[in-house]
Amino acid sequence: MNIPAIEIENLTKRYGQGDTAVDALKGVNMTIWPGEVVGLVGPSGSGKSTLLKCLGAVIEPTSGKMQLGGQTIYDNKWEIDDLRTLRRDRIGFVFQAPYLIPFLDVTDNIALLPMLAGVPNDKARIRARELLAALDVGHRAMAQVSQLSGGEQQRVSIARALANHPPVILADEPTAPLDSERALNVVRLLNQMAQQYQTAIIVVTHDEKIIPTFKRIYHIRDGRTYEEAGEGRSA
Amino acid sequence: MINLAGRDILHNWGKFVMTGAGLGLLIGVTLTMAGVYRGMVDDAQALIVNSGADLWVVQKDTLGPYAEPSALHDDVARDLLLQPGVMAAGNAAYLTMQIQQGKREVRIMLVGIEAGKPGTPAYLVAGRPITQSHYEALADIKSGFSLGERIRIRRHEYTVTGLTRRMVSSSGDPMIFVPLKDAQEVQFLKDNDALLNERIRTNTAPGILDAPSPSSSQMVNAVLVQLKPGFSDESVADGIRRWKHVQTYTRAQMEEILVARLIATSAKQIFMFLVILSIVSAAIVAFIIYTMTMNKIREIAVLKLVGASNQTISGMILQQALGLGLIGFVVGKTAATFWAPLFPKYVLLIPGDALRGFFLVMLMCALASSFAIRAALRVDPSSAIGG
Repeated sequence: MNIPAIEIENLTKRYGQGDTAVDALKGVNMTIWPGEVVGLVGPSGSGKSTLLKCLGAVIEPTSGKMQLGGQTIYDNKWEIDDLRTLRRDRIGFVFQAPYLIPFLDVTDNIALLPMLAGVPNDKARIRARELLAALDVGHRAMAQVSQLSGGEQQRVSIARALANHPPVILADEPTAPLDSERALNVVRLLNQMAQQYQTAIIVVTHDEKIIPTFKRIYHIRDGRTYEEAGEGRSA
Repeated sequence: MINLAGRDILHNWGKFVMTGAGLGLLIGVTLTMAGVYRGMVDDAQALIVNSGADLWVVQKDTLGPYAEPSALHDDVARDLLLQPGVMAAGNAAYLTMQIQQGKREVRIMLVGIEAGKPGTPAYLVAGRPITQSHYEALADIKSGFSLGERIRIRRHEYTVTGLTRRMVSSSGDPMIFVPLKDAQEVQFLKDNDALLNERIRTNTAPGILDAPSPSSSQMVNAVLVQLKPGFSDESVADGIRRWKHVQTYTRAQMEEILVARLIATSAKQIFMFLVILSIVSAAIVAFIIYTMTMNKIREIAVLKLVGASNQTISGMILQQALGLGLIGFVVGKTAATFWAPLFPKYVLLIPGDALRGFFLVMLMCALASSFAIRAALRVDPSSAIGG
């Protein structure tokens, strides 16, 4: 627990130039520890998605510093050449919609990530089935994506995010399309996975149902973050 | 590593196969066009090869007898036999006409031959050669006539005694061989109505009947010459050309006349069709692949976000394009093979063209996929993250 999973200092992001420039992030600071699930809450246009994209190494911040597991990945410029490999091996993504690959079955949707990292097919599939079992969808391992319910698809997408055992998972409104019960189930699973795999999880949300379940919440407003202790209610 | 292209094809195999089949029909048309061209060339070459001649002696300053009208006196053949190197010479008369076969009309090339001399079909697929001096015929099976059948040509009827195969004119019309004298008569013989009309006309101008008329029945269109072994066709042809009142063509020259001149315009026409069809096919392949890729844009964004390399994504699109091309080629080749015999003219599908067509289709698909690959590689992985 001595090294934070994510550490962000004075991160800024400016879109455009001159008079039309928009500062989406104006000095964000954030520290998240392994095994922690943190809520990132804010109104539309507050900079949540921009922060997630910067953290996910899909857009380049304008200035500041970002560290993953103690390694500086950005310090006013990218410190890592291969961002694709960084994303593949060290960051998991859970999206608002599951965005599973429709032409792969459930197991291969998860196994694809380790396979992309060079893990042999059989080992990747074993890992995928373990994750599916842990997320209580082991019985759907051979099913096609179209045969799954919305809740099952979201569980599979969480399994996919965990497939390469990344130290960080970025979840972009993962409960948006789900009803209360399923939404709370997803949060419970995220907490469980964070504990089990010591993964730091940032959950972007404005779902009122799940906000009370976080122990720590970062509010983001006008490109600035404000930390708040959450209620940490059991999901 | 999973074969993403293969999985996608299996997942949407019905759609993929139907698309490939549609493309295949277009490829089939393209292969058939190539076959039509080959058929034209083969018809022209068959005409030369089947004549059995080494030299064609024709009227001076003409490209006869197939490309232009040509007329020679039939005694030229006798004189040619005295030339060094000439083994045999046979008169030949050619006439394209329309005749009745049962209830249908058939366009044929009537060939007058001297039995056993150059110009006589080298082999028969059924029956026997012409043995009588008159009213016997050899018919190509493409004409539809069968052995023993009677052919009405102008005022006379001919009995089919033998059948030939691939004996066609340069435009693909089946040949019917009759004795030379009969062909000469057919060429200049008038029907009953024409004779009556002629009599009425000449009665109004007495004296015309008494005027001398050229004996057209002693004219032939060409003399076909076979050479003795060891003689060069060019040197014998030069010897004959020195007579100055005839033109002589070697086999290579006649092939040049038929292929490079007679069917050149048609060949260019077909070539233009081929080019346009290839461009249309390439455009359709590009459009299909592009649409298929654009339908997967979200999946591609997710793949890029989770770390799939450009190579993985490009490979997926390229393999699908090649898969589509493969299905298209198989369907196209099969379709062309089935519908080629239904064409009225000879369509020659040769394995070499099919092989070239296969590589061309694959190359076309690979090039066409480049548009989709470029679009896929431009997909921003951040588009998978909402907001």
